[in-house]
Amino acid sequence: MSLILKQISLPLAPFVLELDVEINCQVTAIVGPSGAGKTSLLDLITGLRRARSAFVQLDQSVLTDTARRIWVPTRHRGMGYVPQDLALFPHLSVRNNLLYGHRLHGNPSRLFTFDHVTEVLEISSLVQRRVTDLSGGERQRVALARALLTAPRLLLLDEPLASLDIPLKARIIPYLARVRDEFKLPMLYVSHDPDEVITLCEEALILERGKIVRRGPPAQLFGQSLSIRREGL
Amino acid sequence: MAAGDWQIVGFTAWVSALATVLILPFGLGVAWILARRQWPGKSLVETLVALPLVMPPVATGLLLLRLLGQRGVLGSVLHRRFDLDIVFTWRAVLLASAVMSFPLLVRSARVAFEGVNPRLEQIARTLGAGDLRVFFTITFPLASRGIVAGTLLAFARALGEFGATVMVAGNIRGQTTTISLAIFHAVEVGQDGLAYRFLGISVALAFLAVWTSEYLNSRNRAH
Repeated sequence: MSLILKQISLPLAPFVLELDVEINCQVTAIVGPSGAGKTSLLDLITGLRRARSAFVQLDQSVLTDTARRIWVPTRHRGMGYVPQDLALFPHLSVRNNLLYGHRLHGNPSRLFTFDHVTEVLEISSLVQRRVTDLSGGERQRVALARALLTAPRLLLLDEPLASLDIPLKARIIPYLARVRDEFKLPMLYVSHDPDEVITLCEEALILERGKIVRRGPPAQLFGQSLSIRREGL
Repeated sequence: MAAGDWQIVGFTAWVSALATVLILPFGLGVAWILARRQWPGKSLVETLVALPLVMPPVATGLLLLRLLGQRGVLGSVLHRRFDLDIVFTWRAVLLASAVMSFPLLVRSARVAFEGVNPRLEQIARTLGAGDLRVFFTITFPLASRGIVAGTLLAFARALGEFGATVMVAGNIRGQTTTISLAIFHAVEVGQDGLAYRFLGISVALAFLAVWTSEYLNSRNRAH
């Protein structure tokens, strides 16, 4: 996977998101404090937000190029997006949430069939339920499955475990690892948590006030801070 | 009540329902645009839409009369081109009801649309949905209770419309007389019994519409 983000300039309230970066790893983390511009960056990649200047290219496809007035609509970008609040459709059953995008994309690959995805994420038994009746972990997996069922070219996960308690996080992380290994999808993984990032990602970009201040292997970037935290315990 | 009186009740209910149905697509469109889009001069459109709600209804009626009369800007064209007269016909009753109900529908529908989390619509787009699909599968179903409540409120407003109607349609028995006009006329000629019977019917109809609207609104808030 190659994701090129060039000449990005998106004014956010107290600063401007400015990036010039190429991402080539399968699973890349974007780490930073709240309000650093992480969600805005994902919205920009998916086309949900427009920047005054931006060049976004995924593999060979130019998705946004403000200089050449190229802008591919969100629905044609092939991005699977799991937002922080999950945004499950409350008026639809689990099955209809899962099928919402799947129906529109047909069935391009045996990897992304309804049965396979629900089996990998162990949600087959939930499909008749209302999304409002699901637990936090179940909602998480349904949102992930819904995004996967569109057979995306890139999966964007915005702090997928932020709202879960520690035991539940520990139960969901293996599902994310399974998705990574089973579907071989390139992923951008937004998180606060160095432990999650070290477990799941090959590379991390540290975003602060709209700028990437460091990048590298997560263990290298967070090793020191983790050991400090552990010593403090 | 005489058959002619029941005709007035039927005509009022029918013309109110038709006016509500006619304003529905426009009202929903305007409400959605006001809820979801920003543009310079938006407050001007908001004010124009709300005007019939705060202007004296007879003033709105006078405007409609000037616009749609045979010598009016629009009325003269309709008369010349299509041999179609509006004022002092049932069509004027329909139009007055529609104009007076429109702001109520827009206000309720706008609040309902604003209550739908825009993130849900955005995520639907990432799943491959276009604007129409997003509207009909996400926005509209989630706003539907508020929209139905607004529709009933608009219907109730149309049922009770008086000022604009009397200006633009007059009070022609069998043609343009609605319940409100009939009450006014009955009181004027001293038929208090008939006025109270019409009053009872209009209270029952309005109560039913507003109560249903409130019930749906409360369910919407609880949702």
